[in-house]
Amino acid sequence: MEFFDNHKKLFGATFLLFIGLTILVAILPAFHNQKNNAPLPNAPVLSDDAVQGKAVYIANGCVACHTQQVRNVDMDKTWGSRPSIAADYAAIHRTDVWRNTATLMGTERTGPDLTSIGTRQPSLEWNLVHLYNPRIVVKQSVMPAYPWLFTFKEQPAANDVVVNVPDEYLKGKKGKVVATRHALQLVAYLQSLKQTPLPDGRPVPEFLYKSEVKKAAAAGAETPGLDGAALYATNCQSCHQANGEGLKGAFPSLKDSKIVLDDNPETMVSIIMNGYNAREKEGYPPMPAVGTDNKLSAEEIAAIMNHEKTSWGNSAKQVTPEQIKTIIEAVKK
Amino acid sequence: MKKKWQVQVSYALLLTAGLISFSPLFAQTSEKRAYYFTHLNGLLLLLFVLIFFVLAAVLYLKFKTREMIKMNRKLKQRNAGINFEKYVDDLNSKQIEMYLNYNKESNSTNAGSSGGTNALIKTIAVILLLSLNAGRLFAQETVPNKDSLLGETGIIITIALLLIPITAIIVFMIFRVLKLINKNRNRMNLDEAEKLAEYLSAPLDETARETLRHRKEALDFQLSHSELSGSLPPQDAKGLISSVSTDSALPVVEQKKRAVKRPNIDPELSRLVIWSIGCATFWLLFGTTVGEYLGIKFVAPDADHLSWLSFGRLRPVHTNAVFWGWASLGMLGLAYYIVPRVSNNKLASFKMGWYSLYLVNAAVLLGSVCLMAGINNGGGEYREYIWPVMLLFGIALILTLINFIKTIARRTTKEIYISNWYIVAALIFGLVISVVAYIPWWQDGLGETIIQGYYMHQGVGMWFMMMTLGLVYYYLPQQLNRPIYSYSLGILAYWTQILFYTLIGTHHFVFSSIPWWLQTVAIVGSVGMVIPVVAGSTNFIMTFKGGWHKISDSYTLPFYLVGIIFYFTGSLQGTAEAFRSTNLMWHFTDFTVAHSHLTMYGIISFFIWAGCYTVIPRLTGREAPQITVGAHFWFALIGLLFYTVPLMYGSTMKGLMWMEGKPFIETVVFSAPYWLWRAVGGSLMWLSHLFFAYNIYKMLSGRNIVDVKEAAFEKLARKTEDTI
Repeated sequence: MEFFDNHKKLFGATFLLFIGLTILVAILPAFHNQKNNAPLPNAPVLSDDAVQGKAVYIANGCVACHTQQVRNVDMDKTWGSRPSIAADYAAIHRTDVWRNTATLMGTERTGPDLTSIGTRQPSLEWNLVHLYNPRIVVKQSVMPAYPWLFTFKEQPAANDVVVNVPDEYLKGKKGKVVATRHALQLVAYLQSLKQTPLPDGRPVPEFLYKSEVKKAAAAGAETPGLDGAALYATNCQSCHQANGEGLKGAFPSLKDSKIVLDDNPETMVSIIMNGYNAREKEGYPPMPAVGTDNKLSAEEIAAIMNHEKTSWGNSAKQVTPEQIKTIIEAVKK
Repeated sequence: MKKKWQVQVSYALLLTAGLISFSPLFAQTSEKRAYYFTHLNGLLLLLFVLIFFVLAAVLYLKFKTREMIKMNRKLKQRNAGINFEKYVDDLNSKQIEMYLNYNKESNSTNAGSSGGTNALIKTIAVILLLSLNAGRLFAQETVPNKDSLLGETGIIITIALLLIPITAIIVFMIFRVLKLINKNRNRMNLDEAEKLAEYLSAPLDETARETLRHRKEALDFQLSHSELSGSLPPQDAKGLISSVSTDSALPVVEQKKRAVKRPNIDPELSRLVIWSIGCATFWLLFGTTVGEYLGIKFVAPDADHLSWLSFGRLRPVHTNAVFWGWASLGMLGLAYYIVPRVSNNKLASFKMGWYSLYLVNAAVLLGSVCLMAGINNGGGEYREYIWPVMLLFGIALILTLINFIKTIARRTTKEIYISNWYIVAALIFGLVISVVAYIPWWQDGLGETIIQGYYMHQGVGMWFMMMTLGLVYYYLPQQLNRPIYSYSLGILAYWTQILFYTLIGTHHFVFSSIPWWLQTVAIVGSVGMVIPVVAGSTNFIMTFKGGWHKISDSYTLPFYLVGIIFYFTGSLQGTAEAFRSTNLMWHFTDFTVAHSHLTMYGIISFFIWAGCYTVIPRLTGREAPQITVGAHFWFALIGLLFYTVPLMYGSTMKGLMWMEGKPFIETVVFSAPYWLWRAVGGSLMWLSHLFFAYNIYKMLSGRNIVDVKEAAFEKLARKTEDTI
């Protein structure tokens, strides 16, 4: 055929077909998206530190293992209170003329999604220890350690942030571990990662592919027994550890803890729902309001509490969801 | 035959009988547990079973001896009526000769026969012996029947112990009897032979002699071994025979076909192709060493604490080095060979070719350093090089595109061979996607993600896959020495690939916040990809039709075959992954990593290797040792399977655990063994690359051993020059 024997026509047609399709499925949708999506009005602007921290996040290729997108499927509920929407990314522009826009949505979830890590794990101390070496707080973690974000000082200055690293992880290095500016900025960025609530009146997109168990529960069947150990692993373990003993000097032990063993669960529920900062003098950082932040239900909190009250040698009176529900109402701030 | 079978059966029976007779003993000594009923009853039962077998053995012996007696009796009767002619009909050539000679001499000496009585005496002796033994046996057997003693365990044990030597004796006896029978039979045969000799010694008449002589001639007939070749010495008037192997030792590696030397390859082009492939090999080694280290880091996350070597920075170094360094340069090198060849023309500009090679190398080198130093484009996969670095790569593509189009424009053939369609198209597409993705004035917010999905998948499908297909459309038919099965199927695959592949980019972001309709378009496009994939792989497989036997004597074709198989399976796996239901389970897991290795490694790399082994020997006249080519092939293939199969399984399970809502860290712990498998598979793959690099070295500059023939002729030439 003459058409196929003429290189200009053949390759011209090839080019036009490809560029046409490219415009249709890539260029036009991309333009449409960047033009017609505005950031949510109540979305906070990143602080300067967080902006710098994001640069550290990008430079170290964290996106290789951490996604920042909550998909609209039920299994992603763990990572956020609502599915991510286009507006969540609308405020992200090119980093600079050299570097492209970093939405950092990612394609691999070797580590947890970080869309709302600022809500889930806001503790500065935890994040710093974890960055120095993740295995200090999460034994099974395969995340790289980032010791180059820290320096060693014999005599830390007053405004230096000292990180409490167990000796075995110091590998004979002398002095105190002090977080560098980069480390603090990176944590500031992580702390800033929160989902902005949708303005009132806007319909929240649904999570799809709900699992059948939950449907059955919604239909009025009895709620299946929640796994307190699993909930503990998801919500509490990274600080208080699997053995409940916490981390010396950083996170208090739940084993033999007065509050945990107390037959009156009120204090414990209050701490879970509102956080706690009464032990800072002992060197323990404030505890975030895990129950509120992670939107745990009364049933889930009861399961976690019963797990804590009956594990690691603890044996205290168990609580019921109904009991917890009333206390939650009472301690609500 | 039948007899032999019977003997074997009897042996087997004996053996089982023997074993069974032993087993209760062990049962008694090692395990006190009673087998049946109470333990005494059980013991008794066992004893009876044992005795039953002893009886059976005795009966067997009795039958055997009776048979022997019968045989002896027959022997006497039979002597008269042996059919000697049966033997004469069955003589072989040598025997006929002897017979004829003997008969000619008519030297008849009658040998007397004496025997038979001897045999009878022996048989009787055997029977006597047997009856004696049997008697002793029965005597033993009577012991357990005495009621008073049977109640005692000790007695039973003693009986059992006694039965051991008895059993042994019976076994021994059976052997003896069988031997005797055999001896007897032989003696009978010898007798018969004597009779036969007597018969043969009788004088022959002339017709019988004639018949025997004919028979001997017929038996003596032999082929002369020159029926087909004739008696003339061999000649190769057309020079078709070459590389005759005179090495008759047993080969360690199967001898495969040598590469055929191609005439008239521009040495300048040779150099360009070789350098491109050489650089590609370097980047393969570099990139996969990094990859191997990354695989190890999953198992040993504290392997090092250096910022330049941390996981997040090295991962893009690995992917980009193998993409732009290894695969791209490898493809370009192989394409430089094809484009002028199928255009039947010279390459338009070597200078452009060299510049593009420099530029690609510079881009990968700079890009790798930048990534390790923490300078990247913002995290989109395969788009991690910043645009000034990628610009170098882009310029290289422009130069190559111009170069190829010019070459094709000056072609001396009328049509454009389909390889050149694919190769030039791949260059056009590679350029388009780079420009779209890297132009630094747009892509805010989700725009970046939409372009990212488009870019990364077009990079894989429209740059790597497209050009590799072009390479295969040339090299595969060339290696099989037959035309491509269907040219039009290739054209169909070409247009449908463009139509469908362009649409599928956003299937990497299913369920994300990019528009739902765009995700659906991508999924539909992924299904449409079945058409070009099935068309392409059918085309390649059918090209093999009638040439399958060639695989076994070629060291390049196995690489093509593996590539084709993975082209089919890997690509269709991509379609399967694109559906929303499978996305739930597989997205974000290492399944995608396994998939990308099945395709970029299983398809692209295998095809490039195939091309390298095809082309380089034709350029340099040197071939790699077959044993290291084989090692490369098998390590790469087995390594790839070790890498991908456990990873796919583990990732599926991980995805299901996520769907069940298991704590995240639990799924990390769960993945550990599969990550270990990946490191093992990765190590094998890496090892295979060392073999590949060695092979390249051997093909390029294997030690220059002086060729005796060539040196001699050079000397001769010099001499003639001198005389002139």
